[in-house]
Amino acid sequence: MIRTTIASVLTVFALATPAIPAGGGDGHIEDVDFSFEGPFGTYDQHQLQRGLQIYTENCSGCHGLRYVPIRSLTESGGPALPEDQVRAYAAELFVPDERANPKHYDPVKDEYVVTYTSNFPANPTVGAPDLSMMAKARAGFHGPYGLGLNQLFKGMGGPEYIVAILTSYTGEEKTVGDTTLYENTAYPGGWISMSPPLSDGAITFEPEHANDVHHLAEDAAAFLMWAAEPKLAQRKQAGLVGVLMLAILSVLLYLTNKALWAPVKKRAKSA
Amino acid sequence: MSGIPHDHYEPKTGGEKWLHKRLPVVGLLYDTLMIPTPKNLNWMWIWGIVLTFCLVLQIVTGIILAMHYTPHVDQAFASIEHIMRNVNGGFMLRYLHMNGASLFFFAVYLHIFRGLYYGSYKSPREVTWIIGMLIYLLMMATGFLGYVLPWGQMSFWGATVITGLFGAIPFVGEPIQTWLLGGPAVDNATLNRFFSLHYLLPFVIAGLVVVHIWAFHTTGNNNPAGVDVRKGSKAEAEKDTLPFWPYFVIKDLFALVVILTVFFAIVGFMPNYLGHPDNYIEANALATPEHIVPEWYFLPFYAILRAFTSDVWVVMLASWVTGGIIDAKFFGVLAMFGAIAVMALTPWLDTSSIKSGRYRPMFKMWFALLAIDFVVLMWCGAQPAEGIYGIIALIASAYWFAYFLVILPLLGVIEKPLPLPDTIEDDFRAKVSHGTATGAADATPAEQEGPVS
Repeated sequence: MIRTTIASVLTVFALATPAIPAGGGDGHIEDVDFSFEGPFGTYDQHQLQRGLQIYTENCSGCHGLRYVPIRSLTESGGPALPEDQVRAYAAELFVPDERANPKHYDPVKDEYVVTYTSNFPANPTVGAPDLSMMAKARAGFHGPYGLGLNQLFKGMGGPEYIVAILTSYTGEEKTVGDTTLYENTAYPGGWISMSPPLSDGAITFEPEHANDVHHLAEDAAAFLMWAAEPKLAQRKQAGLVGVLMLAILSVLLYLTNKALWAPVKKRAKSA
Repeated sequence: MSGIPHDHYEPKTGGEKWLHKRLPVVGLLYDTLMIPTPKNLNWMWIWGIVLTFCLVLQIVTGIILAMHYTPHVDQAFASIEHIMRNVNGGFMLRYLHMNGASLFFFAVYLHIFRGLYYGSYKSPREVTWIIGMLIYLLMMATGFLGYVLPWGQMSFWGATVITGLFGAIPFVGEPIQTWLLGGPAVDNATLNRFFSLHYLLPFVIAGLVVVHIWAFHTTGNNNPAGVDVRKGSKAEAEKDTLPFWPYFVIKDLFALVVILTVFFAIVGFMPNYLGHPDNYIEANALATPEHIVPEWYFLPFYAILRAFTSDVWVVMLASWVTGGIIDAKFFGVLAMFGAIAVMALTPWLDTSSIKSGRYRPMFKMWFALLAIDFVVLMWCGAQPAEGIYGIIALIASAYWFAYFLVILPLLGVIEKPLPLPDTIEDDFRAKVSHGTATGAADATPAEQEGPVS
């Protein structure tokens, strides 16, 4: 029965929702070694700051981040920007009429987000999805045999999917009706309506940092992972504390149980 | 309770006597906690505690989540993100609740298969089994309702598919579906009633759990040997049993804590592994996901639902006999609920008087096949319903029904069981001195007796 138990445990993990992407994609997704993967991985603060810059300069024209509170840019474990800098950033981010009542608007001190007005703006550009949860709303890895087992080792693959989308343009275009489609080998179906958003050297960082397409794509993907899961560091810490305390408790209970049953077993043997 | 002779609560102090005359609640707790429990219970008898813990965990985290959740189609998805980002510890509460459902079902499946292997459903525990099946059905309903609340794509389309099942009922299906949804399609009215019922059903489950425990405390626990506790005298009973406290409480707690260690690792390090990425996309009635996949714990029955397509001969036969009233869709719905119904009827389908599968050499193999079958069905449920998957799902579904409706009734007649240990005490002694159980391992063919009737 123990064997059955172990087999069942493994099976449940093996069968657990082999996540299939919205489009049933056939593109190959490369694993990227992100700093936030694994039980102890955390976000790289500087990478997130670069990602924020890429988002602001290149993505925010079309894509919103409507669920991400601006104040979370100051949180440790995230980009951890100074409060003044975030205030200045927020002032530039909103168009004036969205800040109808600037006296009540302080993105840093605002703790009760009821109206979501202190979140990043949602962008109404037609067809451009909101990116708040994009890194969790896609899975890059599914196999083998639809078992989803490789997600155990590589992670769900959301950020990897984003990197692949940003770097897999072939340069081919075609026009269908009045929309232009761009060939992208990572996108399900192969043709995407987003024009290539990044190019080598598209962003200049201060201080200087590698800005070829692949590095930019990784920074943007890391930023979007943070946007989707800002509490990752706290969650892993809570998990680790939980695992350690429960492990100690289980040892104590094992010894208690052994001591408790020892006389019963001894009596049974001698009887 | 339990019919097994044991010491009962005696109020000692003045205060205890005063209360006992008016409300014997301490006595009830004492008798419940000190119930004589078979010494030889193995590690498959720990799932009850795990399940009780899960129910409490889900109710506690759920009540707090409900304080921050908004059951409205325009705000439900955003309020989940509010919980994840703005509520103190909200991300942990939500991930605990999400993965807690998985732990709950993981434990209930092992609990059910434990019962199926050791014959825990057999006389005199049929009522315990039936109550358990009702709890399982309510758990499935609650799990499904809860999955709709985040109002993601899978929430919405899962709700559409599952409520659509009721629409397959001949004649009255569509009015029933409309009545369930509160309108022609899944919308705000649906979300509101699902939230209300998701809050209600766990308390119904809690009530049934009390009855479940009451029922098996009346009959006493089953055990891996399947032989009864001797009830002639207190001294005799004490040779077979130990009080639940402290012996089994400590043992069960140890197992629970080990399981929780793994659970916390999943919640802390990969909380979305068991979920579907599409549920992080807000519900959109205009965009159907390519594959609508339920949560893993529904997959076996989802596979059975989809296995019976219109080109399967039993479906064609049923359709012909009923003049087309039973079509493929309705047949699938009947098969899915039937798969659970046959499980609930096991006490009357299994004709063998031997409880424990350990002493049933033929049963053992068919049971192992059933366990594999369950896993295969789970895998099929996650695959697209086409090609080879459809055929595998059909064969696996057929075996599920064959096991309960044909194999179990026949085995009781044709199988020669192995000799049973005389008492639980003997079984326990064999277990602690050899590290293995009596019976199957020890018995040579020469020692085997005829069927015990």
